[in-house]
Amino acid sequence: MSAPAGDSVPLLEADGLALRVGERWLCCEFSLNLAAGECLALLGPNGAGKTTLLHTLAGLRGPDVGQVRIGGRPYAAWPALEAARFRGLLPQQQPDHFAATVLETVLIGRHPHLGRWGWETGEDEAVVRRALADVGLQGFEARDVLTLSGGERQRVAIATLLAQAPRLFLLDEPLNHLDLHYQIATLELFRHIVRGGDRDGVRRGAVLVLHDINLAARYADHVILLDGRGGVVAGERDSVMRPELLSQAFGHPLRRFEHEGRVVFVPD
Amino acid sequence: MRSRARIVLVMAALALAGAVALVWALAAGDMPIGLSEVFAALAGSEGMAGGIVRELRLPRAVATFVCGGLLATAGAVMQVLLRNPLADPYILGISGGAAVGALVALMLGAAAIWVDALAFAGALTAMLLVFGLAHGDGSWTQTRLLLTGVIVAAGCGAAVMLMLALASDTRVQSMLFWLMGDASGAARPWPGLAVLVLGLAAVMPFARDLNVLARGELNARALGVDVRRLRLGLYVLASLLTATAVTLIGSVGFVGLIVPHLVRLALGNDQRVLIPAAALAGGTLLTVADTAARTVIAPQQLPVGVLTALIGVPVFLFLLARHRR
Repeated sequence: MSAPAGDSVPLLEADGLALRVGERWLCCEFSLNLAAGECLALLGPNGAGKTTLLHTLAGLRGPDVGQVRIGGRPYAAWPALEAARFRGLLPQQQPDHFAATVLETVLIGRHPHLGRWGWETGEDEAVVRRALADVGLQGFEARDVLTLSGGERQRVAIATLLAQAPRLFLLDEPLNHLDLHYQIATLELFRHIVRGGDRDGVRRGAVLVLHDINLAARYADHVILLDGRGGVVAGERDSVMRPELLSQAFGHPLRRFEHEGRVVFVPD
Repeated sequence: MRSRARIVLVMAALALAGAVALVWALAAGDMPIGLSEVFAALAGSEGMAGGIVRELRLPRAVATFVCGGLLATAGAVMQVLLRNPLADPYILGISGGAAVGALVALMLGAAAIWVDALAFAGALTAMLLVFGLAHGDGSWTQTRLLLTGVIVAAGCGAAVMLMLALASDTRVQSMLFWLMGDASGAARPWPGLAVLVLGLAAVMPFARDLNVLARGELNARALGVDVRRLRLGLYVLASLLTATAVTLIGSVGFVGLIVPHLVRLALGNDQRVLIPAAALAGGTLLTVADTAARTVIAPQQLPVGVLTALIGVPVFLFLLARHRR
């Protein structure tokens, strides 16, 4: 395994990034820089290109203009498995066509840590059991994933990503199907891990596609707001999460309130 | 990811079952041959028993075992690649192409070697046709691949029907037997065995990649699997295995669809276990089926494909019903 980049190198950088789908520009050129210990929220209306942007940041599609680097290097300079140990993606949908136990499913996350002929060891299983405990699924190891509820499956997917143990988490709507308790618990968990609260004490980074503006206001350090017409605002949370910008992007008037030190946006 | 000991135990049991099936195939027939004589024949004894075992029964037993193993391996791989439990080795039209080739040779009354050669050529043609057409704009999707395969198979099916309608009565019998899978003419099984061994050796290093791919393409790519190359390589490999199998003894049904499911129900969906176990189980099932096919109503022989269906369907339904509880 390669030595993890030090805290000084940004986990994720994008320079002059612009994305196009067909003839439509999803976002004009913008730049971002995510250091260890930070959370970045991607906000925007349906179809604005949040998932496309996240996949570009994950190196799964090339940028149409500009450059994406993780750990200081462009994706082209990363062997696929090494990149998979550095950044992990939680896709928006989880396909399950064949029966498999929860334990088997989450062990898939250990793939980049094993050699071509390697089998999962007891250590990998311990990592998986910790990941399951982190998402409140202890005791579910032997359950068939096809028998789980939507929220439980989403937490299995999150546990799989935790088992992958990347330094950079790219989460596409991680709160899908989750009830209120697990929405907060999931965001708390990732903030805790990002801040260096995991067992290894390494600070990590997270990019989250979120639909809940108020949860974004509570957990994000930086925000990228796509307006769906090619416009992008990127920066510190408070400079982006202004009611006039949000109202314009979502096409619905929003009002900002402060209550007990917490910022809340309420739709008119 | 069951315990290692259990996996070793199951593999050993399957290997043993395969060996027993092969020995039975060598011993049973119009002229039953004792076990000691079978082993003596394999060691190279002279006499009639030695000749029957070595020249008639051994090639046929090996051909059926290899064919079953090839089909089950190809089926297991196709089911994961297409992420479709209904996928079987024939879903991309390979058996249809082989059938057209073989039936042309049979209709013309060509020698057995030409039947094999044209069947293999037909299988390869169908495979190239499907991949070429499905490739289209450069990004072939599973749906397009499936649909192209189904359509090519339908076209081949029509050509087969046409040939059956036009062929003389004396030829139709052998053509029907080929279509249902008939091992009686299998004389050259050893290249098939080499293909099976090489094919398994090529798939096994990528078995865990297939486990990851079963979790979807996005997950697989994010976990460092080169999905495009893996898919293309394994489609081609599974197609070659299928083409070899249908060339050996015709398009035997059910083995490629049912055996991977049987093994999955019994052992779970870890491809590192599933693929070799399916190869052994497929070989065993087809060998047993063929031996039964030529002994139950001897001296008449049944097409082995009918027997695999008769054995496979109830076993499969039983396991499925038990699994649901």
